[in-house]
Amino acid sequence: MTDPRQAADRLIEIIGNRAEAEATVAVGRLELTRFANSFIHQNVGEEYVNVRLRVSADGRVATVTGNRGDAAALAKLAESALTVAATQPVDEDWPGLTAPIEIPPADFSHASTNDAVPAQRAAAVKAFVDAGEGLSAAGFCDTDSFAAAFANSAGHRAAARGSRATIDGIHQTGESAGAAHQTSNAFAELDGAAAGALAADRARRGMHAFDLKPGEYEVVLAPEPVATIAVFLDFYGLNGKACNEGQSFVELGAAQFDPRITLLDDPMGAGALGEAYDSEGTPKQKTVLVDAGTTKTVVHDRRSARRAGTATTGHAWAMSGSLGPLAGHVVVQPGTDSVDDMIAAVERGVYVATFNYCRILDPKSQVVTGLTRNGTFMIENGAITGAITNLRFTQSFVKALGPGNVLGVGSDLRYADSEFGQGVVRAPSLRLASWNFTGGAGG
Amino acid sequence: MFDHAQAAVEAALAAGATYADARYVEARDEQIEVLNGMVEQLDRNEAAGVGVRALIGSSWGFFGTHDLSPAALRAAGTRATEIAKASAVVPGKPAPLADVPVVQAEYETPHTEAPLDVPLSEKVDLLMAVTATMQEVKQVRLARAALGAWDTHKWFVSSQGHRIHQHLVETGGGYDATAVGEGETHRRSFPQSFGQFETGGFEVVRRWDFLGNAPRIAEEAAALLDAADCPEGEMTLILEASQLALQIHESVGHAIELDRILGWEAAFAGTSHLELAKLGTHRYGSELMNITADATLGGALGTFGFDDEGTPAQRVPIVDRGRWVGVLSGRDSAAIAGLPPGGMVRGDGYARLPMVRMTNVGLLPGDSSLEEMIADTERGVYMSTNRSWSIDDKRLNFQFGCEIGWEIKNGKLGQMVKNPTYTGITPRFWAQLDLLAGEKEWVHWGTPNCGKGQPMQVAHTGHSASPGRFAEVRVGVKG
Repeated sequence: MTDPRQAADRLIEIIGNRAEAEATVAVGRLELTRFANSFIHQNVGEEYVNVRLRVSADGRVATVTGNRGDAAALAKLAESALTVAATQPVDEDWPGLTAPIEIPPADFSHASTNDAVPAQRAAAVKAFVDAGEGLSAAGFCDTDSFAAAFANSAGHRAAARGSRATIDGIHQTGESAGAAHQTSNAFAELDGAAAGALAADRARRGMHAFDLKPGEYEVVLAPEPVATIAVFLDFYGLNGKACNEGQSFVELGAAQFDPRITLLDDPMGAGALGEAYDSEGTPKQKTVLVDAGTTKTVVHDRRSARRAGTATTGHAWAMSGSLGPLAGHVVVQPGTDSVDDMIAAVERGVYVATFNYCRILDPKSQVVTGLTRNGTFMIENGAITGAITNLRFTQSFVKALGPGNVLGVGSDLRYADSEFGQGVVRAPSLRLASWNFTGGAGG
Repeated sequence: MFDHAQAAVEAALAAGATYADARYVEARDEQIEVLNGMVEQLDRNEAAGVGVRALIGSSWGFFGTHDLSPAALRAAGTRATEIAKASAVVPGKPAPLADVPVVQAEYETPHTEAPLDVPLSEKVDLLMAVTATMQEVKQVRLARAALGAWDTHKWFVSSQGHRIHQHLVETGGGYDATAVGEGETHRRSFPQSFGQFETGGFEVVRRWDFLGNAPRIAEEAAALLDAADCPEGEMTLILEASQLALQIHESVGHAIELDRILGWEAAFAGTSHLELAKLGTHRYGSELMNITADATLGGALGTFGFDDEGTPAQRVPIVDRGRWVGVLSGRDSAAIAGLPPGGMVRGDGYARLPMVRMTNVGLLPGDSSLEEMIADTERGVYMSTNRSWSIDDKRLNFQFGCEIGWEIKNGKLGQMVKNPTYTGITPRFWAQLDLLAGEKEWVHWGTPNCGKGQPMQVAHTGHSASPGRFAEVRVGVKG
């Protein structure tokens, strides 16, 4: 078994004084049990080693990656990095290495996840399936545990452990579907039966759906669609590289959102899955992105920060050179409203359980198109009165959360699956004044 | 190299699997990106390992390992079988595997210049020159150019006796210019959005005239800042070939995946509007619609010798003169459906379970031309190059945005329009295909970023297309 600290140190040692270098090594096991038609049809596991080495030889920069931690493989990888870098022009924006700074070893892993075996995941799946008698279930249950280390030739070192477990699935009636999602660092906290019961209830209530005429409607969004909104704001807007390039909606200091909206990146706080440092070794910390409607900051890695004339916020990741730095522990701050109260306040509107296949039309205006899925309901006179067939929308996410448009913020904060991966966003339900549905099931 | 896979298969069988197969994969790739004359990304990646599948009754188990020691390979095989046993806690119906020829074979992608052997300096110089050319247009704020190449060896062994070695080579690249205005951005790409990728060596890149097209792309990006909005309403739509390729990918390619039709992807990617009972009778589109899934197409991105179950690459009819006649399948899904296996199962690297993936799902050419289509159109929009794509979980309700469009009036291209979008319902849209360009304008477009599965897998797929015309399409959807 590769020791990530030893592997990272070894890479820096091999490079020696021939270049500036930073190494990240992660060692872990990902296992995922997938089910459909109410049986387990795909069940997989992987032991992984991810090694990444970035070097700057007199300003000539290259990155190499590999999946082996033995001495010979590390030596080959290091020489490859130097060889590739030597062919490159000087990178005038090379931001240098992170100076040594104390980062206490962080362990956010949970033994129940680290030790989970296939039979336990299968049992969780069985509980999900059994909770929807007569329905057809599909989804997955997975566990991911890792140990990671960082080292650079400036003498900086860091190490961390983490874990994540998720159960996510749907129940289907034949004409409708309902979804449920749970994520935690502790497999023991997952409740397959509860998730299955929620999905089954949503599926049954989704039957006998009718077509709603497209148009502008007040909406109550469950945490899943709110998480999707947060991902788009994060990826395309609150991203220092996107800002540097003039492609972001962000105007720092401006009241771009409703005062009820506060958006954080909180990698170490209560309930977080935990990430002590980024891929450049910068310590992670709580970052307020939007404070009571006012856009406060965007996230940076060392390169985007250098270009912006500011300091890194600790948001580098493997692809930030190309895609820009990202907040990976987003929290949409909860409010005090219950979902029932928000629905009760709607005279005529739509409740949306999840979004599907959202894609951006223009990053600067944040106009996104996508669909509703796995539960869309009509709200009339303060109550859900029936199910609606899926709707297409074309909507600016910034405008949707704009000043005056957020009418309620739920207290139901939890990890929500944004359709772009688990464990990235915690969000509550939101009540919004208007949402632009541009098409129905029939086009 | 077969020994690595063989050891895992033998261990899986010893642990109780009734069938097992394994792939030993050595994969190298290189990704280079230049932004405004600076190398933004230069990554070289290498990975090697074994992925082993074990079947017991109806239950599969899979395990991937990077550790190539004999003990680790045996442990991987055993672990795959243990996982299969756990699957039996929630069992399905018995899942036989459809018969395929048991072969010992070699396959290599025909190529001239090994892409990873072309000097990095030459590649970077090309990208630098492209971005410098685009930056000569002052409104272009971002000039980005990229190249990518993959060199993959696979050694496949099954408990039925398969022993297949393949060497696959894929190469490509592209570039885009982004003009940033007040509250809006406009991008133009070449050869298509995300670049053009094919099976083959660096000759693929040389064949496309990167430098020669850079001035036009930059000028079009700048011109979009002052362009009129796309008109709204129902009218004739002509799609440039790469956009039509993505339309095929999304509204045909995914819909015909047998695992989706059988419900295996219901929770994530979704299902399909197609019902197996209607195979052979369902009308997918107009008489001009002839679609094949052809993994033997020379140079196309979804071309190989054998899939990751050892099934030979095939050409399978999918839509014949508008009638749905075929699916994308693997050995288990085909057996359930009572169809011959299509050889369309692939995994993303050694550590991912092979699953049904598109090969080259393409629209055969017609006998018209872009010029003739425009001349024959009284009122409409010509749209080019994808910018956004979205479709529902049954592959019915779609909306696409393109980078650029032009109005068509009285048989002539008119003014340029920005933010062109169109939306529709799959069978209704394909029924409106009324003109299709011929072989001269037919291109094997490549899609290097097709996502599917959990854990997520990325596949490289091909989609041949020429420009096509569709009647009465809703265009100009706005947010």
